[in-house]
Amino acid sequence: MSKSVKVKKGIDINLLGKADKSVEKAKASDVYALKPDDFFGLVPKLAVREGDEVKAGDPLFFDKENSDVIMVSPVSGEVAEVKRGEKRKILEVKVLADKEIKYKDFGAWQGGSREELVDRLLKMGLWAFIKQRPYGVIANPKDSPRDIFISTFDTSPLAPDIAFLISEDKKFFQKGIDALKMLTDGNVHIGRQKGDSFFSDITGVESCEISGPHPAGNVSVLIHHTAPINKGEVVWTINPLDVVLIGKSLAEGRFIADRTIALVGSEVESPKYYKTRIGAQISSIATGKIKAGRVRYISGNVLTGSREQAEGFLGFYHTHISVIPEGDEKKFFITDGWLAPGLDKFSLSKAYPSWLLPKKSYRLDTNMNGEKRAFVVTGELEKVFPFDIYPMQLIKAIMVNDIDAMEKLGIYEVEAEDFALCEFVCTSKVGIQQVVKDGLLDMKKEFAS
Amino acid sequence: MKVVDNLLGKVRPVFEKGGRFEKFWPVFDALETFAFVPDHTTKNGAHIRDAIDMKRTMFLVIVAMVPALLFGMYNLGYQHYMAIGQEATLIDMFVFGLIKTIPIIIVSYGVGLGVEFVFCIIKGHAIYEGFLVSGMLIPLIMPVDIPLWMVAVATAFSVVFVKEVFGGTGMNILNVALTARAFIFFAYPTEMSGNKVWISLNGEGAVDGYTGETLLGQAVGLEGNVGFHDVAGTAYASIADSFWASFVGLIPGSIGETSALAVLIGAAILIWTGIASWRIIFWGLIGGAVMGMIFNLVGPSISPENMYLQVPWWHQLVMGGFLFGVVFMATDPVSAAQTTRGKVIYGFLIGLLGILIRVVNPAYPEGIMMAILFMNVMAPTIDHYVVQANINKRLKRLKTAKTTA
Repeated sequence: MSKSVKVKKGIDINLLGKADKSVEKAKASDVYALKPDDFFGLVPKLAVREGDEVKAGDPLFFDKENSDVIMVSPVSGEVAEVKRGEKRKILEVKVLADKEIKYKDFGAWQGGSREELVDRLLKMGLWAFIKQRPYGVIANPKDSPRDIFISTFDTSPLAPDIAFLISEDKKFFQKGIDALKMLTDGNVHIGRQKGDSFFSDITGVESCEISGPHPAGNVSVLIHHTAPINKGEVVWTINPLDVVLIGKSLAEGRFIADRTIALVGSEVESPKYYKTRIGAQISSIATGKIKAGRVRYISGNVLTGSREQAEGFLGFYHTHISVIPEGDEKKFFITDGWLAPGLDKFSLSKAYPSWLLPKKSYRLDTNMNGEKRAFVVTGELEKVFPFDIYPMQLIKAIMVNDIDAMEKLGIYEVEAEDFALCEFVCTSKVGIQQVVKDGLLDMKKEFAS
Repeated sequence: MKVVDNLLGKVRPVFEKGGRFEKFWPVFDALETFAFVPDHTTKNGAHIRDAIDMKRTMFLVIVAMVPALLFGMYNLGYQHYMAIGQEATLIDMFVFGLIKTIPIIIVSYGVGLGVEFVFCIIKGHAIYEGFLVSGMLIPLIMPVDIPLWMVAVATAFSVVFVKEVFGGTGMNILNVALTARAFIFFAYPTEMSGNKVWISLNGEGAVDGYTGETLLGQAVGLEGNVGFHDVAGTAYASIADSFWASFVGLIPGSIGETSALAVLIGAAILIWTGIASWRIIFWGLIGGAVMGMIFNLVGPSISPENMYLQVPWWHQLVMGGFLFGVVFMATDPVSAAQTTRGKVIYGFLIGLLGILIRVVNPAYPEGIMMAILFMNVMAPTIDHYVVQANINKRLKRLKTAKTTA
């Protein structure tokens, strides 16, 4: 029985540089890296030392709070460097890749009990793909989730077409679903974009059709409109491409980190898809394909992704690399600033006349377009926040660290990415996603047992 | 603009930390960011940002006020020449109003921004744009011949006591401009009420029959029938005539508030651009209309001699500062209710109370001022209950989940 949800609040940001539907094999990356910061809330402990030899599937680091949760190397080779930042925080664990990848063999998954499956997923490093609500951190293997949610489409700016990416691996997607189904006593819910037919024959799931502007593709929207999370409940979420990796890795008995990603954005010469691996160096994909000028590389989408240099690495969960112009130039107020006509300026409001051109694609840079202010304008966050939650009140509760109010206002139901559009539209330029992240970690700490 | 940039770059070190005028950094920063949107870039999180910022927002509000301002200038001249019984051209009238208004605008901005600068220098934080709007609103709600020192005192009082002591722009508990008006209303009532202050005779003799009463003033003493007259004492032929005069704005009143038409143009700009909440404006009008209708309905039976109750509700809406208040004052996002549902309640009650106070309490002919200030105070309470309802819904869902589990 398929449910249907229409999301009204939100906004599609139409950027230049969408990917063409053609796939190319990227140059093999020399170095791969895992970044502990990709795993929200994780305190990493190293499992290797510089100079160690690893196979694809050998642990690089693990969760300090739960040593069963390991992050494994996407390739075989030598641990080249553990890059540290302030206070010796681990930033990157780099592996110099072998020419021929050697895999650690776990043996194909032949079926078994739930405990055996959990154990297998943990050992293979596949567990890191499964996240939980509340808090948006990696799932706790000791929990039994009420339900599992998967959104099969991405509505964020320049997002890749997920059905296109999975087209050859559909059977592995189904295998992944079958495995996940064993993990919960409840349902596996999938959210499908309205009009989608690709995922219609996936079995063993509760399916929900969702239509509307971004953030309609966020998994939070699916959860909120099918079975919202209550205090004390735990649900798990997982990205659709990671379902494929789980299905594939279980079937072949080795950790397969293959990813087809999109290289997109206004500064990319001809945006399209590339076959690579998790943790690949961005330059291995992007070199020679970027227009001249100062650009910013973002692993992930322009609203939630992480800022990288060309020598940086593709994030663990990310499915695209966005390249947009840096906006580190002053803008004279009449010609280009706040008093300019501004036909090339994109805004949720109609403060600039670009609303006359609804079909226009924009080349937006990283300028803040204004200075940080106290909250003044009200009602704008609500326009892009399709949840029955008061965003401004919740953000303020987090800012004053009022745990009780955060809980009452529904912090369990959201993740920072759900506030990405709020941050985008905020007239006062408040860094809302960071506030929400801080709030989630505060809550987690408060209730840590 | 390269020239300006170079110039700013040259004087910049003087204001930076360790410079001679280090303390005046906020002032320099305000000027620099006025001329150039700074080169600040996003760090992490949302890498791209909406083009809108506080400056654009405030600028658009000022644009929305321009029709009311221009018409107000013209109307000052129109009323003046009508009161002294002289013929005058449109240009004459406008210039008269211009000369009267400019000093008030200068004093309002001068004092308000001055206070703001001082506080920002003391606190060492950037100067926010909030007063750009307040500074224009204040002249628009002043009587024409208000002594400039009173404008100065009222503005300073208002900026200091309802804004800066609470933390500056974004933190004010009341509408700043309206508080300035209320301050004069209570501290110097003879300059803000009565029949003498709304029209500038400029020392010249008035025509016979001149009264200088606003329509609101006349309404209190209406006898026998609902009939208004203009400043020269000529009665309007019909209620429709006085309605149209009020709608267009050729009636006495504060500088920018008289023209319903000009205010509605402003409202259209604010609503279309998405700067002001259409809910507050719409429900404010509904609230006012409902109260007016109630008076129209019950007036003849409960108090037949009080003709104010029988002023048609659609006429009530265009008299005095009602519309101006609902469009430009009630919508101040900081002092208004912040939740969507809260805005509906807040707007509706402002309209309702505005007409109620105006009609039943002759001491406060301009009820909308009181209504908005009162609802500014009540807004957090409204929001509290709206948010509480959301919280209760969540708790209820939790209970159902528990019982079914």
